[in-house]
Amino acid sequence: MDQLLQHLVNGLVLGGTYALLGIGLTLIFGLMNLVNFAHGEFYTLGAYAAFAALAWAGVDFFVAVLAAIVVGGALGWVCEVTLLRPLRSESIDTTMLVMIGVWIAMQNAELLVWGGVAKSIPHPFPTAPLVLGPVAIAPLRLFVLGLSAGLIAVSWLLIQKTKLGRAMRATFQDRDTAALMGVGIGRIHAATFAFGSGLAAAAGALLGPVFLAYPSMGDLASLKAFSVVILGGLGNLPGATLGGLLLGIAEELGAGYISSGYRDAVGFVIIILVLLFRPSGLFARHERVA
Amino acid sequence: MTRAGRWVVAAAALTLPLWIPSAYHLHVAIMAGIFGVLALSLNLLLGYTGQLSLGHAAFFGIGAYTSALLTVKLEWSFWPALAAAIVLAGAAGWFVGRLSLKLRGAYFVLVTISFAGVISLVSVNWIELTNGPLGLPGVPAPGLGPWSLRGKTAYYYLVLAAVGLSYLVCRRLVRSRVGRAFVALRENEALAESIGVDVTHYLVLAAVVSAAMAGLGGSLYAHYTRFVSPEVFLFTYTVTMVIMVVAGGKGTLAGPLVGAVLFTALPEALRAATSWQWQMLAYGVLLVLLVFFMPRGIVPQITASLSGRARSDPASRVRRP
Repeated sequence: MDQLLQHLVNGLVLGGTYALLGIGLTLIFGLMNLVNFAHGEFYTLGAYAAFAALAWAGVDFFVAVLAAIVVGGALGWVCEVTLLRPLRSESIDTTMLVMIGVWIAMQNAELLVWGGVAKSIPHPFPTAPLVLGPVAIAPLRLFVLGLSAGLIAVSWLLIQKTKLGRAMRATFQDRDTAALMGVGIGRIHAATFAFGSGLAAAAGALLGPVFLAYPSMGDLASLKAFSVVILGGLGNLPGATLGGLLLGIAEELGAGYISSGYRDAVGFVIIILVLLFRPSGLFARHERVA
Repeated sequence: MTRAGRWVVAAAALTLPLWIPSAYHLHVAIMAGIFGVLALSLNLLLGYTGQLSLGHAAFFGIGAYTSALLTVKLEWSFWPALAAAIVLAGAAGWFVGRLSLKLRGAYFVLVTISFAGVISLVSVNWIELTNGPLGLPGVPAPGLGPWSLRGKTAYYYLVLAAVGLSYLVCRRLVRSRVGRAFVALRENEALAESIGVDVTHYLVLAAVVSAAMAGLGGSLYAHYTRFVSPEVFLFTYTVTMVIMVVAGGKGTLAGPLVGAVLFTALPEALRAATSWQWQMLAYGVLLVLLVFFMPRGIVPQITASLSGRARSDPASRVRRP
């Protein structure tokens, strides 16, 4: 029982970052109709940006995390404007191929810059875990959970309460009508991609110090983000949040009680099963952005 | 291509071991042949039905492991092991196809990736069967009756026969009713369905044939390198296949073969000048550039410029809604 509680807490920490990845991707996928296989590369970018800010610029850890988010968002914006904007009228397969190209190029550029050896990202938190009754949690993980929750709340506020968010929801529901009402679709797409990429970078900057940063870390992150999107339903923000937490907990339980070698198989199996039995997601009555 | 051109290519391929400068070049030719089979197999799905499989390395790896395990552990001879590899990979294709082709598009891509991910984890973790990350050494060279096909020249002809067979199967398939159904589905699914094309049936059929062909490639690879490890499931293999098909010309019969020869020879030629990472980086950039500047691929581009106008063959046209 104690062990179960511990697994649940670990799963929640992991799940919070998966939710960030998932929210970013579900917005991009749902709103831009773009199968973004490069999503995980923005996660990797976030981890390395934080590392660079700490090791080269010597800034504070919290500033480094913020810098990673900004770098991720900025590169996402550049990517949308240069590569995706000219292809907006193309089919979903065409843009998917482009994003696969971006994925491969980004990953190998990272490999060239940083080398194949995993980097550990230093953090200021004490390593001794806080013991709360039956569970122990490292302060760093507590920070990761807190900041994830904060960013999820920010995303929700952005989508629900701001003018930009309203325009995003309108674009998701009906792009043409939204455009007729004066919504600048190009601006919305750029903002969505930048925001989603920034969230992915945040997840990378948060999980990088917990585990390690290495160039191929984005591959699994992409797939996990996709499983979260599929779990939660396309464009469904609360769905992505719950889906992320569920995936994190399912992975921890799978690793704890079945076999740690198959930890990463949980996400794959979830993709296959959900697509098989509930293709519109676990929580979706209908597809939406909200 | 003209009739004479075809004969020249066939003659060149058949006499290749006679005039090729070294064993190393022959090795590159063999690898190009194996990738030719893989590219043809991926093209059947991506080029003709428009469904992208990003888990094609899984079918390749299943073929390689099946063949290697049967010959190493059960001491089967090469030919039945090859047949088993083709059948098992085809069965895997059927399974993935049944599972995901109702949803198609991006979801098919995701299920194929997930399938490849699971299979790859199994190959690493099921150590009793697969020997884990250490891999299976000592895969025997194939024989044909009293002759061993161990030498590079003999193996070249074996691979060439496999390429020829795969090419003929693809040609037979795409020029039949079935192939027309594939293209109809790619071009306009609703319209195809309305005239009675059974969508899932044809897509699953394409997946089975494609996966079986990738299994053939895997078996040939295993008996050529004589060693199989979880590396056969590397995503790099899938990416290479996709590049070959897209660059060569998806939805054409010659395109994947041209792509396979080009993208096996090119990295080898560049090997002295650049590292492997630069190559992969170049692959990524190249894929983006291809989509922007040569969306139809090399072969359709050349045939279009040779005949002075775009060919009316619907199979060589890329969908542009």
